Amino acid sequence: MKYSIFSLARAALSGHKNWQRTWRDATPKDRYDVVIIGGGGHGLATAWFLASEYGIKNVAVLEKGWIGSGNAGRNTTIIRSNYGLPGNTGFYELSMKLWERMEQDLNYNAMVSQRGVINLYHSDAQRDAYARRGNTMRINGIDAELLDLAAVKKMIPFLNFDNARFPVQGGLLQRRGGTARHDAVVWGYAHAASELGVDIIQNCEVTGFVRDANGKVTGVETSRGKIGAGKVGMAVAGSSSRVAAMAGLRLPIESHVLQAFVSEAIKPLIPGVMTFGAGHFYVSQSDKGGLVFGGDIDGYNSYAQRGNMPVMEDVCEGGMALMPMIGRVRLLRQWGGIMDMSMDGSPIIDKTPVDGLYLNAGWCYGGFKATPGSGFVFAHLLARDESHEEAARFRLDRFRTGAMIDEKGQGAQPNLH
Amino acid sequence: MRIVCPFCGERELGEFTYLGDAKPMRPEAGASEDEVFDYVYLRDNAAGQTSEHWYHGGGCRAWLKVTRNTLTHEISAVEPAAGVGARQVAK
Repeated sequence: MKYSIFSLARAALSGHKNWQRTWRDATPKDRYDVVIIGGGGHGLATAWFLASEYGIKNVAVLEKGWIGSGNAGRNTTIIRSNYGLPGNTGFYELSMKLWERMEQDLNYNAMVSQRGVINLYHSDAQRDAYARRGNTMRINGIDAELLDLAAVKKMIPFLNFDNARFPVQGGLLQRRGGTARHDAVVWGYAHAASELGVDIIQNCEVTGFVRDANGKVTGVETSRGKIGAGKVGMAVAGSSSRVAAMAGLRLPIESHVLQAFVSEAIKPLIPGVMTFGAGHFYVSQSDKGGLVFGGDIDGYNSYAQRGNMPVMEDVCEGGMALMPMIGRVRLLRQWGGIMDMSMDGSPIIDKTPVDGLYLNAGWCYGGFKATPGSGFVFAHLLARDESHEEAARFRLDRFRTGAMIDEKGQGAQPNLH
Repeated sequence: MRIVCPFCGERELGEFTYLGDAKPMRPEAGASEDEVFDYVYLRDNAAGQTSEHWYHGGGCRAWLKVTRNTLTHEISAVEPAAGVGARQVAK
């Protein structure tokens, strides 16, 4: 069905009781051209781009729970393209451009809101680093503005500018950054992919790979039976190591827990997305009024989808340092998601050494903003058997060849990225 | 999560720093490129029982070997990591 002002009016006249399902909950067929493991944003976006851009419509998306029940529903909904290293800069801008046309492409309201992302700086050295990153962005045709103290004071007057240890000196602003409604992104891709014939199969956990005599992957074993596949793509960030292990692969990835927080709803306060540069704290305000914020990962391997107190304390300290008045706001909810922390902090989108098996992994804690771009380049890889030019550096073998993309310069210690 | 340090007793998590899986062992000096690559970059990333290194920086500053379940965060054993601490305990 097509969503429009007319469909809304029609549904309103019947008391909103006659809406059709947004997407079709399919039962598995015997065989598909492409099977995508993982019904999160990335998997569904991949399926949609396969069907819409590359003409491959005999596609299934397998999800062990319900779609969007993993990290797609557990993030802080931030979108931005302010990366500094070759490989990342172009890819995230590709993704940002796809965000800007997503709602028209999908015929679905994903509440994409370009309300701006500002990274605050607190020292001369940090200003220089941000100036460099801003220049990198501008050279690549991405919007970036370096704001001085007066400009930040005008934009966000309520910050604690005179913090004795970490005075705010200015910020790097990307006006095209912002937020999107994370669940609607999942539903939008499911809706549009389903309309093009993609089968979305829930409660279908992959339990193994079917291989032929040469070792090529020719399908998957699932909790709902065997499903044949021309190609299999993995988009299961958080569980990549577990699924890859079924094909005998070990990955340069550790799974870590990242927590996020929502406060009670308050009146409009925070104009866009803000990050505190002296610690690790980022915050935006949802349309319902809650402050959505987070900070560092907990730092130890985990598959538990919940974190511990020290990081909660650290995140709240960051918030208090930046805007002490949020100490009066009560915390409403807190949760954890499982991050694919790669060894250089950047993603992997590549063929694997196993014929017929393709990998989309290692998103660390930045996967949400990448959703459309990741789907687009992964669909390209699956359809053409070669990397899209904007994802050509996200190779699996870069850890062996040394062509790392280490945005933070931390080395092979995943919990520091 | 609380860790019972063999030297200091039960302490809160904030006193400890995580290094990672205790299984990878540094290869010999003449090891092949494959062995070094495996040691530096590849991880089992197990879902379930793991053995891992933690540092008690907020206490005795000893390196510890902790057996922990990554699905539940349950800790079943804490011992001193191989080295001086382990020799002290063995006395």
